[in-house]
Amino acid sequence: MKPSTVNDPRRTERAPGLSLKMRGMLTAWLFVSPTVAGFMVFFLGPLIAVVFYSATEWNMLSQTSTFVGWANYQDALTRNPDFWHVMRNSVVFALGLVPMNIALALALAMSLYRPFRGVVVFRTIFFAPVVTSAVAWAIVWKFLLQGEAGAVNQILATVGIDGPNWLREPNWAMFAVIVTRVIKMVGLNMILYIAALQAIPRDFSEAARLEGATNWQIFRMVIWPNLAPATLIIVVITMIGSFKVFDHIYLMTGGGPENGTLVLAFYIYQQAFEFFNVGYASALAIIMFFIVLALTLVQILLRRRGSL
Amino acid sequence: MTYRQQQRIKRICWVISLSIVAIPFVFPFLWMVSSGFKSANEIFGQPSLLPDVWRWRNFVEVFEYQPFARQYFNSIYIALVVTGLTLIVSSLAGYALARIRFAGSVLLVVFLLSALMVPEEVTIIPNFFLIRWLGLTDTHVPLILLPVFGPQGVVATFLMRQYFMALPKDLEDAGELDGLSRIGIWWRIALPLSRPALAAVAIITFLHSWNLFLEPLVFLSSLEKFTLPLALGNFTDPYGMPLWHLQLAATSLAVVPVIIVYVIAQRQIVESFAMTGVKG
Repeated sequence: MKPSTVNDPRRTERAPGLSLKMRGMLTAWLFVSPTVAGFMVFFLGPLIAVVFYSATEWNMLSQTSTFVGWANYQDALTRNPDFWHVMRNSVVFALGLVPMNIALALALAMSLYRPFRGVVVFRTIFFAPVVTSAVAWAIVWKFLLQGEAGAVNQILATVGIDGPNWLREPNWAMFAVIVTRVIKMVGLNMILYIAALQAIPRDFSEAARLEGATNWQIFRMVIWPNLAPATLIIVVITMIGSFKVFDHIYLMTGGGPENGTLVLAFYIYQQAFEFFNVGYASALAIIMFFIVLALTLVQILLRRRGSL
Repeated sequence: MTYRQQQRIKRICWVISLSIVAIPFVFPFLWMVSSGFKSANEIFGQPSLLPDVWRWRNFVEVFEYQPFARQYFNSIYIALVVTGLTLIVSSLAGYALARIRFAGSVLLVVFLLSALMVPEEVTIIPNFFLIRWLGLTDTHVPLILLPVFGPQGVVATFLMRQYFMALPKDLEDAGELDGLSRIGIWWRIALPLSRPALAAVAIITFLHSWNLFLEPLVFLSSLEKFTLPLALGNFTDPYGMPLWHLQLAATSLAVVPVIIVYVIAQRQIVESFAMTGVKG
């Protein structure tokens, strides 16, 4: 379309010497300039800096920094047994949390995606922990999960179960941290699944039912395959989220007992801001970056392939 | 039994089993509030959902133990400033990326997308030194700037861009014919049309700032500067053991208003999360 001739003089009047295209570009860059500036200063710059830090031996207290090349990475990968312990914890946390979260989210979504009286009440309840601060959630559960005085164990006692001292035994602490995190976050995945379920045309299930399929067969053959793209995204988001979890564990167990719940994000924080090993912590941060990057790329590749 | 009766019983069983599943979701809130009214002694006695004696004094002591009112105010004003700034910055950039073709826009989108993949934990170390170099540790500046320009801001930008792209262009063209500048079109036409997206950005941004923990923990050191999430864990005796009755009273004060707003605006809030969840 031709630009209206009525407007043309005004335009040249406002910005003499600049072509229309140039002016459009200038405006656009003006619009994005706060974002770009913030991105450079608080994201790109720091990201480059952390790569450099990771190649130094830097103690925040003594203010000395020396170039050490790959030494911090070697430290993590081969010398420091803590690192693999932490990685093991992170993997256990992720492998425990993701399936539990997905299964529960899907079960809740299947129960709540069609309207019935009270459906909104249930959706509201299951989503409520998502909007609650992780700090509050962790504090309350820490309180409920105390050894003998804790409400959870008192309730278990009434049905004759002698509950463990949840947060003081490494394996139980990991279990408790995972389960309470699932309860906190499952509502989000439930909502995503509800949206995905509502997007499946009802005729699909109806047709299968007319063919005589059972409920389980309908789920297995019709619903589950149609949910695959949603599931893929949900799994990756949840997995990335599980590698980033920090506040929840910081407040519930402080990484303990015996470092039993010390996960990667917490380990980075601890090395950087409690032990002031900036170089080592930066190397850990880069390792975390690659883990998250790998997970994201897997998601993109799988989506590209279109088979899912 | 008739078919209808069967269906009825089935439905009742269904609701009962859902209610059982709901217990661990509701119970912590109830227990938190009720324990906030108990005395230190009663908390360690036989647990009961309702306190024997309602101890309102807890809610006074919360404010005496540390500058809790100040900390509460900090959280509110920081969340409001972050939300306001994010709305402006993200809708400006989102609009340009959606509507104006300009050199470098594709590259910018790729760059911003890559920011979504990088957790805050990765950049927090250099950001700490940057903020310290600027002399801004123990101020609220990093708690405002980092979320606005961090991954949360990028999510907001893409959400706005998505929404702008779906808007019909006719009105904006009409605005251009009427002699509006780009800024005028953005402000007078595009923004009023995108209230749902702006609301979604506002909701998720406010909650994100309100619940922020790592950044306050890293940047703040004096009690008067603390935000709520940092203050809540701070009700301890001299040995570092939690003073549960105060801690839970304070936590109730922080959580209950959010839950009330959430219950009122439940639909809107859930939808906002769904919008970002699918994208992020």
